[in-house]
Amino acid sequence: MSLFNVFDIAGSAVHAQSQRLNATASNLANADSVAGPDGKPYRSRQVLFSAQSVDQADRAGGVGVRVSGVIEDMSEPRKVHDPKNPFADSEGYVTMPNVNVVEEMVNMISASRSYQTNIEIMNTAKNLLLKTLQLGS
Amino acid sequence: MLPSIHQLLDFNAEALKLRAERIRVLASNIANSDTPNFKARDFDFRAALENATSSQVANAGGGASTTDARHMQIAGPGSSAPTALRYRVPQQLSIDGNSVELDTERARFADNSVRYESSLRFLNGQIKTILSAIQGQ
Repeated sequence: MSLFNVFDIAGSAVHAQSQRLNATASNLANADSVAGPDGKPYRSRQVLFSAQSVDQADRAGGVGVRVSGVIEDMSEPRKVHDPKNPFADSEGYVTMPNVNVVEEMVNMISASRSYQTNIEIMNTAKNLLLKTLQLGS
Repeated sequence: MLPSIHQLLDFNAEALKLRAERIRVLASNIANSDTPNFKARDFDFRAALENATSSQVANAGGGASTTDARHMQIAGPGSSAPTALRYRVPQQLSIDGNSVELDTERARFADNSVRYESSLRFLNGQIKTILSAIQGQ
């Protein structure tokens, strides 16, 4: 029945938005880290969404969303002049991550609104299905 | 001449199926509200319902019969989907090519789920009427 697919669709959206929140949390936590886990400067991570059919067999089935990749922002890291820092290079500049805190906050707000909306959709579908089950009684 | 039970319940049953299908389409739209290049879809409910109910009365055999090899094949009511998905025209354009507007989709989703529930109640009422007629009260 069509309504059961709604759990797959909204479930995929909830999962994707939570991965987006994870990426945002990583970026915000590392906004001031000088070096990443491999020694190179931390670059902000963004998730890529792509639409994905929920049921491969049924072409008219719903379309969910999935994270098709996590990319690192390849724009220039910002340089801060701090000669006393042990990580400073020969000219006294320290490479800080290219995390834009304002953008990340907006990302977080958008992801959490989408998350809430999809949870509401699942609740509505669940209530309708439960009422449908009581048909005739 | 008493109509068969199938005919009595038919209209609301078809409406219920189409409403469930529409819930799925709208949930897909909302799930993909952040996917780049995703276009919002919907179908014309009134046209689909008329198609589904009228074709039950008219084409009992389904489709047009062909007696010559040069006749075109016209599909019956059960085969191709009368719920042809169309694109929703967005009010505001978006940079990433996504045409889903969350407010519009949420409003239509809420409207659709209330109508689903009303179809459910009508169907329930008709079933109870039939049951009481059978029991002779």
